Amino acid sequence: MRTFNIKKTESRVLIAMAFPAFAIYAFLYLYPSLSNVYYSFQRWDGVTKPEFVGLHNFTYLATNDDLFMKVLGNNFRFSFIVVIFQTLLALLFATFLLKNTKTSIALRIVFFFPTILSSVSVGLIWNFLYDPNFGFINAILKSVGIPGLNWLGDTRYSLYAIALTQVWFHTGQMVVIYVAGLQQIPQELYEAAEVDGASRWQQFKNITWPMALPTTAVVVAYTTIQTFRAFDLVYSMTQGGPLNSSDMLVTLIYNTAFSSYKWGYASAQSIILVFVVLLLTYLQRRTLRLNTGEK
Amino acid sequence: MFYKVFKNTLLTLFAAAVLIPSSIVILGSFKDDLEIYTKPLALPKHWSLKNFHTLIETGNVFTPFKNSVIVAIFSVGITLFFASMASYMIARSTTVTGKFLFLLFAIGLAIPGQVNIIPIYHLFVQLHLTNSLIGLILVNIALTLPISIFILTAFFKDLSREMFEAAAIDGAGHWRIYRSLALPLCRPALAATGIFLFVICWNDLLYPLMLISELDKKTLPLTLIDFRGEYATSYSMLFTAVLVASIPMVIMYLTMQRTFVAGLTAGAVKG
Repeated sequence: MRTFNIKKTESRVLIAMAFPAFAIYAFLYLYPSLSNVYYSFQRWDGVTKPEFVGLHNFTYLATNDDLFMKVLGNNFRFSFIVVIFQTLLALLFATFLLKNTKTSIALRIVFFFPTILSSVSVGLIWNFLYDPNFGFINAILKSVGIPGLNWLGDTRYSLYAIALTQVWFHTGQMVVIYVAGLQQIPQELYEAAEVDGASRWQQFKNITWPMALPTTAVVVAYTTIQTFRAFDLVYSMTQGGPLNSSDMLVTLIYNTAFSSYKWGYASAQSIILVFVVLLLTYLQRRTLRLNTGEK
Repeated sequence: MFYKVFKNTLLTLFAAAVLIPSSIVILGSFKDDLEIYTKPLALPKHWSLKNFHTLIETGNVFTPFKNSVIVAIFSVGITLFFASMASYMIARSTTVTGKFLFLLFAIGLAIPGQVNIIPIYHLFVQLHLTNSLIGLILVNIALTLPISIFILTAFFKDLSREMFEAAAIDGAGHWRIYRSLALPLCRPALAATGIFLFVICWNDLLYPLMLISELDKKTLPLTLIDFRGEYATSYSMLFTAVLVASIPMVIMYLTMQRTFVAGLTAGAVKG
């Protein structure tokens, strides 16, 4: 800003260049987001005239809706499991595949591969692997004498089965992010530790983990948001069933709107989703800032 | 010693976890159902193209394929064009307008696009944009603008200010600088962002599921979901459809592997 061409008014060309993006974004992102807030105060089936009900949708959600609470719990459990396992696995694999040798690069390419598939394809593939009668997983289990499970059809396992698929789906992407982060760590630190006779575990604990915290912050934040956005994978594997055991917030919102036609109520649910995501993002930023010593 | 065994076991297990399902799908599309159930990993007894024939004859896979290509290409192209102009503006702005715009787009990063399904659906019904590829393209553009602007603005800000100023002294206007200097210089960033967007648009299910019901407007993920209902447990047909739907991505991944990884990780890191 200390250059000679300081201007009080913006160049018209610049304004014109930003205008198309601004117009589409304002009309198809900001305006719908605001309407969503407005709808959340209405009783509305999407067809007849909406009726203003104040905070009724929210109080009902908080006090009377067992299904919503169950799904909220499902989503938190799903998110927690995926964040923990995916992050730890990715960090582990990244430390294994840190050096740019041919094998490491080849393995990174293999691990990353699922990321490019669509959730629906991944869902269909895993539907086969999990199939109780013909599935590959049960076949392996049976061959070593363990009885197979009805992975997706049993209320006890469906959520965890989808979480496993999610980890399979996106660990490779996180590995690549970690590799980029870990390669920034000065090699001298490891060499010095080696001279001092530090074990691999000590090196990991005292150098890799603290130095990788900023990357961990990114990975955890991204994975958390991804798990609260989950729709495609759940819809193509179980559609939230059986008995809502694998229902997530977005699948619930979709069904509230397009199966039960409670549009105002669905809007209120999505406002809660926004708050959950914002709160989690804020908490993670704060925790990880404390750890990295910033501010 | 223990470390080596531990490391190699884990790496082998995960590599197998990726390669085995992929092989089952590829091999399975040349088998019949019985063979998939009994010997999922064996090479097919006869390399039969029957599944592909059935898919083409009855499955109507060309139309959704074409629709997906149209939607992805236009969504990505327009988003890149608009986002790069807006990012150039934000990076070069000398007033608060640029900062304000950047904040406005940052809101879009904080609100997941999935929460807007109800207002978008309502709006699109009023605008007669349901069952329309243009509608899908518009949704994709709106949803991917914030992340694209985030990535590209960071890139434009890294370009040297002196270079822009030198060009301005030589009499080049903003449009000229954007066209002939900024855009060519950020080609790698554009390519990476473009791939990231392409994957999102190609794979999206939620918005097509909500907005498209007519058969000849469906995209590939929607068709796959329909197939699941239609062929229930006929995995030979499902695998063939999955293979066909994934081929463009796989080819792009294998030929532009670096750009691919750069794009998908930039999207995660900046988002």
